[in-house]
Amino acid sequence: MRRTRMFGLLAVCGLLAGCLGQTQEGDKAQNADAKEITLTIVANAAAGGKNARGANWIQNWVIPKFTEQQKAKGVTATIKFEQNGAGDEDFKTKVALDLKTGGGGDIIEIDGIWLGEFAQAGQIKPLGDVVGNTDWDGWNQIPKAVQGLGEFDGKRYGVPMGTDGRVLFFNKKLFAQAGLPADWQPRSWQDVLDAGAKLKTLPGVTPIQLNAGTAMGEATTMQGVLPALVGAGKPIYENGKWQGDSAQLKDVLGLYQKVYGGGLGDPVLQQEAKGRDRSFTLFGENKIGILLESDYFWRSVVEPKNGVAKMADRDTAVGWALVPAKQAKAGVGGQDFVSMSGGGVRVINPNTNYPRQAWEFMQFLNSAEAVKESLAGAAQLTQRQDVNDEVLKGDPMLTFISEKVLPITRYRPGLADYPKVSAALQQATADVVAGKSPDEVATAYRAALIKAVGEGNVG
Amino acid sequence: MDSSGLGVRRALGFVAPALVLIGVFLVFPALWTLYIGITNYQLTGPAAANPRIVGLDNVVEAVRDPLFTNSVWLTALFVLFSAVLGQNALGFGLAWLLRNVRPWLRRTVEGFVLLSWILPGTVVAYLWFAVLSRDTGTLGLLLGSPETAWLVQYPMTSLIIFNVWRGTAFSMLLYTSALAAVPPSQIETARLMGASGWQTVRDVVFPHIRGHVLTNTLLISLWTANDFTPFLLTAGGPNHQSEVLPVLIYRQALEGGQLGYASAMSMLLLVGNLAVALVYVRLLRRRA
Repeated sequence: MRRTRMFGLLAVCGLLAGCLGQTQEGDKAQNADAKEITLTIVANAAAGGKNARGANWIQNWVIPKFTEQQKAKGVTATIKFEQNGAGDEDFKTKVALDLKTGGGGDIIEIDGIWLGEFAQAGQIKPLGDVVGNTDWDGWNQIPKAVQGLGEFDGKRYGVPMGTDGRVLFFNKKLFAQAGLPADWQPRSWQDVLDAGAKLKTLPGVTPIQLNAGTAMGEATTMQGVLPALVGAGKPIYENGKWQGDSAQLKDVLGLYQKVYGGGLGDPVLQQEAKGRDRSFTLFGENKIGILLESDYFWRSVVEPKNGVAKMADRDTAVGWALVPAKQAKAGVGGQDFVSMSGGGVRVINPNTNYPRQAWEFMQFLNSAEAVKESLAGAAQLTQRQDVNDEVLKGDPMLTFISEKVLPITRYRPGLADYPKVSAALQQATADVVAGKSPDEVATAYRAALIKAVGEGNVG
Repeated sequence: MDSSGLGVRRALGFVAPALVLIGVFLVFPALWTLYIGITNYQLTGPAAANPRIVGLDNVVEAVRDPLFTNSVWLTALFVLFSAVLGQNALGFGLAWLLRNVRPWLRRTVEGFVLLSWILPGTVVAYLWFAVLSRDTGTLGLLLGSPETAWLVQYPMTSLIIFNVWRGTAFSMLLYTSALAAVPPSQIETARLMGASGWQTVRDVVFPHIRGHVLTNTLLISLWTANDFTPFLLTAGGPNHQSEVLPVLIYRQALEGGQLGYASAMSMLLLVGNLAVALVYVRLLRRRA
């Protein structure tokens, strides 16, 4: 009796095993002619909270306009907006769980870096497999590099929502005091370190803020290690392998050692729980000379009216320069200058009941009119060239990103293993800042990487 | 023996709804966790689509993982200092001292102690955050050192003090009722014989409430070992210094996406809890 029961239990477990990780297949043409449709859009945005501008746009402009447009065609559309105001990682977990269990909204806004993981898990599918024909005149307006944000393994999964680029921001007032030019453009890492040495003579000024350590999380990887790595000539993931303790990685760790071991950066700041926010405040108070950030810094941090570290004299006091490669032609692809970019992507849930209408809604969300409306008068790099040409005109910084940075930028590999690699890189910089030698740290990094992704995937 | 006269079938009919609920919400998830624990199942990525059975690899990996051993050690410290010593001693102390004070004073103190127990965890965590944070934290201002980030510089100490504060109410209530069962005549006799307060507690009171002490310690140990509130206060930081097991499991499962690995750790936590419970039960038996 007891034995039969055991077998019964095992059999049930075996049956359930088949359920792990399965997703159902949708029909591309289902409900294509429905007269009543319901679509839900999910975003990490909430009215009056996180990303309020995006939330207001969806609620007050997108939903009424689209409903009206459908009504004109004789379709009763009910558009729901599922708001979230959570941390990025929590939101990702929620979306992953939604998709895993066959639920979730019809259109979901995710960070481009999650695309690969979701795709590998079968939680999202190539756009053509979900909605059928994906012809759209809007594709011509989205630059190839930006379209890449919505692609994985050569297949298109979603439509990007805009992008950004990373540069070196510097304080022109401090530069003038240190005898450095206002139109500074370093051509090698040494140039940056030399400028830092001059800034060091100013009392109370931290010359360089290059994000390091685990407390800053992804900001360390994206605004520190990765731009430096492409500057040393090798991206983190290439030909199916993650970069181990290569000469390039050691170069990068050596750069960290020169900055934090040489008194050009503030090691304590890198360990604080809110170190990144504090670095912004310090820059705004003219206490940091050079800082590597994305154009987000210009738009939302030192922005004179609504920034988190407002600088009333931003337009005259803040300069920017391309991130140099280690030396001329040493960057990835033989480049002199390098950058890294990211951005959001909208995807269509493979479980949607209205694939064709979801695709129509997606086109509407990415129409020139809608994209322009979403900015609410502010300047930002959108996915559409035609909109950028119009809205970036008045902003020299964002024009610079659009014209000079986007052509040379790189994107992160959107694979499930990436967060683990990123964590290992952060730990490596933390160790260098704590005083260990780059060689020693590189060896430990390699060991951590092998543990995280397996020996066969480390180059 | 059928004392209720229902007959087996009807009796089963009565308990069936409860059994179904327990089965669906308790037994099934527990078995499911055990099952996931032997796979390499992940939240996203290829292993989410096609998980593989990896047997006991997860358990072996966990035991070798310095994060896991660090976490076990921290959990042991947390349970020992905040529950076994802190809550027990403070709860008993309060119950003992409040025996003979005026009712209004007793009720007021009990009310305050209970308040810390019945408030929702998120509210309490927020309050403690306000007290312990840097720059404008109440404690820093009171002590004249606003630059101290208590939760960052003394994470485990903060958590232990927090949990003593949070959980003492239960021990206090339990000991209050236990003390009521000690015959007053024996305490009076001890007093007349010239026994000191400590001697009275040790030789007269303790033998009466030994069972209560063990039961109480068992309950609060298990609750503390499984407590998730530390996540709300320190999220395991800085650099894993306050990452007790439930926090580690959560972070591995949902932040790291390693559902299989985290399930295996949950199983180890369960085994640990069972072992602790077994020790207590044996001690209790010996008394009987």
